[in-house]
Amino acid sequence: MSKEKFDYFIKGEKGKYEVVIGLEVHAQVLSKSKLFSGSSTKFGADPNNQVSLIDSAFPGMLPVINEECVKQAVKTGLGLNAKINNYSVFDRKNYFYADLPQGYQISQYKNPIVGEGKVLLDMPYGSKEIGIERLHLEQDAGKSIHDMDPSNTYVDLNRSGIALMEIVSKPDLRSPDEVNAYIKKLRSIMRYLGTCDGNMQEGSLRADVNVSVRKEGDKKFGTRCEIKNVNSIKFMQMAIQYEAARQVELIESGQEINQETRLFDTKKNETRSMRSKEDAHDYRYFPDPDLLPLKLEQKLIDDIKKSLPELPDKKKERFIKEYGLNTYESNVLVSDKEISDYYEEVAKLSDKKLAATWMMGDLFAMLNERGLDISKSPISAKHFAELVQSIKSGEISGRIAKEVFEIMLETGDNPKKIIDSKGLKQQSDPKELEKMINEILSKNKDKVDQYKSGKEKLFGFFVGQVMKSSGGKANPQLTNEILKKLLNG
Amino acid sequence: MTDITNQSLNEIIENVKTKKVSSMELTKAYIKNIESAKKLNAFVTTTFDQAIDKAKQFDNRPNFDQLLPGIPLAVKDLFCTENTKTTAGSNILNNFIPSYESTVTKNLWNNGSFLLGKLNCDEFAMGSSNETSHYGNVINPVGDQLVPGGSSGGSSSALAANLTPATIGTDTGGSIRQPASFTGTVGLKPTYGLCSRWGIVAFASSLDQAGPMTKTIKDCAIMLESMSGFDEKDSTSINKKKEKYSKNLKDNIKGLKIGIPKEYRVDNMPNEIDELWEKGKKILKDLGAQLIDISLPHTKYALPTYYIVAPAEASSNLARYDGVKYGYRSKQGKDLVEMYEKTRSEGFGDEVKRRILIGTYVLSSGYYDAYYLKAQKVRQLIKKDFDDSFTKVDAIFTPSTPSSAFKIGEKTNDPVSMYLNDIFTVPVNLAGLPALSLPAGVDKQGHPLGLQLIGKTLDEQKILNIGFAFEKNCSFKNEIKKWWS
Repeated sequence: MSKEKFDYFIKGEKGKYEVVIGLEVHAQVLSKSKLFSGSSTKFGADPNNQVSLIDSAFPGMLPVINEECVKQAVKTGLGLNAKINNYSVFDRKNYFYADLPQGYQISQYKNPIVGEGKVLLDMPYGSKEIGIERLHLEQDAGKSIHDMDPSNTYVDLNRSGIALMEIVSKPDLRSPDEVNAYIKKLRSIMRYLGTCDGNMQEGSLRADVNVSVRKEGDKKFGTRCEIKNVNSIKFMQMAIQYEAARQVELIESGQEINQETRLFDTKKNETRSMRSKEDAHDYRYFPDPDLLPLKLEQKLIDDIKKSLPELPDKKKERFIKEYGLNTYESNVLVSDKEISDYYEEVAKLSDKKLAATWMMGDLFAMLNERGLDISKSPISAKHFAELVQSIKSGEISGRIAKEVFEIMLETGDNPKKIIDSKGLKQQSDPKELEKMINEILSKNKDKVDQYKSGKEKLFGFFVGQVMKSSGGKANPQLTNEILKKLLNG
Repeated sequence: MTDITNQSLNEIIENVKTKKVSSMELTKAYIKNIESAKKLNAFVTTTFDQAIDKAKQFDNRPNFDQLLPGIPLAVKDLFCTENTKTTAGSNILNNFIPSYESTVTKNLWNNGSFLLGKLNCDEFAMGSSNETSHYGNVINPVGDQLVPGGSSGGSSSALAANLTPATIGTDTGGSIRQPASFTGTVGLKPTYGLCSRWGIVAFASSLDQAGPMTKTIKDCAIMLESMSGFDEKDSTSINKKKEKYSKNLKDNIKGLKIGIPKEYRVDNMPNEIDELWEKGKKILKDLGAQLIDISLPHTKYALPTYYIVAPAEASSNLARYDGVKYGYRSKQGKDLVEMYEKTRSEGFGDEVKRRILIGTYVLSSGYYDAYYLKAQKVRQLIKKDFDDSFTKVDAIFTPSTPSSAFKIGEKTNDPVSMYLNDIFTVPVNLAGLPALSLPAGVDKQGHPLGLQLIGKTLDEQKILNIGFAFEKNCSFKNEIKKWWS
């Protein structure tokens, strides 16, 4: 694939500006119960139905760490090629809000469970490494509902105390496309690991986006603004575009950028100031005296390391080597673990390259159209492999394959049965084909003459006629060969 | 039979076991005492009906193998009790009825006892005189003008006035030992982590520890055995085998090395305290213990350290009282922030507000390193002082308080002088060690005074043994006249 050049700059009147982006991703840990209590974490329960005395901060209640969440964080850290800290500390982040029952969030401040790591992105201009600053565990807050009553706010504490991993990137991202690739990559890694379902609609993955701009070539970072709690990739991209443009405008008009926290208004597509640095919360972090420091034995970390599944980067390399796919195909097919599993099943039973092409074409289009995950595909990997094999062997043409694919969707039958019962087998006998073609040519003598006198475009017309009279079953390659021979001969 | 409520817990248990007295008779005797002692204001809530039911149940199907068979007990109102109002001495919890039982009280009930009522205390256990309670100050049965100490002042008063055969308190900086000292009773602060904190309204989590308050050392051992134990719901709880403190109580302390720290002789300390200490040392020496002079050089930093660490933790622990979920809520607020402000300003008393302010300040950015972080470092040094000393001695012997019970109102306008009352008790909390306050004598006015035995981590048995031997040879008798009924 030809490599493009990176070219995302904001063009101001006084020059080009580079956009510098860092993300704080909040990923909900996949676990049955909350970070410090036994309450369920299931999504969609009635309000305040998954709330323990601990989650609602009753007097005398104490947090007890959920080991499952710790293991999930370690697993994720290993998936991000990061350093796992054997010693970490839970701190209290103090602030008042109605949906924060304790009056503080238990988080990790100075000593996170996971330290520096990295994530690889495949961009059109090559592979790019994004640094991970840290990953720490923290509690989610509840939810304030302001629109159910004209004068009261309702509070739902189902989310309160659910474990989140905050994954902080280094300011290594430079464009909305890179943000897109980064989030997708994180999501993919966590889904492979089974540590976060990455479901953005349900709020399992959200991000605070830090944006600054600087003149192209400048070494020093500009003043950054933090856009809070953005919950889709599209909104992140829109917010970055708006925010970067706003900052460039300020700089060009000679104004200062205030370091501040901003909100993205999805309806108006703009960011708005929430609070400036001066009124920034003083969270008064200090180690939570209810919890002992978290000490991880190296054996636990090593055991988790041994149990890690093959992750997308490794799998991609293997797909290229083992199945002869190109980087693009490989990237697409490993992005989701279930897609890669499906592909491998198909590839085992059919042509590996053709399987990739057909999966990424018709199968994905169909799934997309129906809004289905591959796990819910109406066509099994085995049937799909048979279809690919029928194309590869020349039994049916690509065009007919599309028809068979549609019938498979409707009936759930295997392709062999469909091809046989509908007589869709490709006409690949050269003698019969030549006979048919000769008949067509003799019926269209005028066109043959025109072709021979130089109107070569008519070749397509003859192919069309052959397909028409064969009901689309004529082997296209063979048809081409015979036509050429007879017309040019 | 003479008034049974004059007896020690151990004697009462023997009488119940030998059927000389029924649980019902016992319960009624205490109810009678409590009803005639309203002047002391020791109780915030009484649970007489429930106690009568429990006593009846016990008498119908007695189990004499339990540690506390059919014994009614009143407890500090800092322990959450299921279906019984729990106020922590605060207006902000004036309507709070927990749906759960604290681990410590549950342990007591599982050993055969039941609840008689909830005892007054300083608001959120912040105080040394029981004058910060929203439910009014408690009076010391020793004298009608005297404070009972604090924060477990309702507990010490009720115990000394025979309103409960034994009780429990919590000790964050001396809240069990100082009131015990002021009322001529025994108070033990166990090793941090020996008793579960689950279900106890938190003041300062890294210092809070529940413990027994009793008339005798034997009673103290029985209560400690009943209330302590590992609890997986408290991450700071120590996982160890339960000990039989009362069965293993021994009065032979021959050859034990007792450390006498020179730093516990403070300026302006009344001579009487010094004399009492000397008398105590002589008793231990006569019992065959070896007295060894030791130094705990960082002792003088303990009080300032405590008054950074404790308020810091408290400022965060008390953030949950915001009027949103339970407890008092002001009706005045127009929006969320105003509701918070009014609720907390109407719900908390002055001392609590003072400590929230101090705590918030020392944790603030720009001050954290100078105060909180430094205090944590000093705390380590204080702990190290003790660790070093304990390589040379088996226990440390000091006065419990720098004075006897002071007058009601005497120190309310001088918080620092109030805080100074905890000067001998606070270092122990910072180090997480067990310490016992023993009644040892009286001052010129006849007010009780206590001496303190500090043990190594989890060495409760040894300080109880020393206390047991001391008690037998001290000839202290608590002469409280029943002036209140």
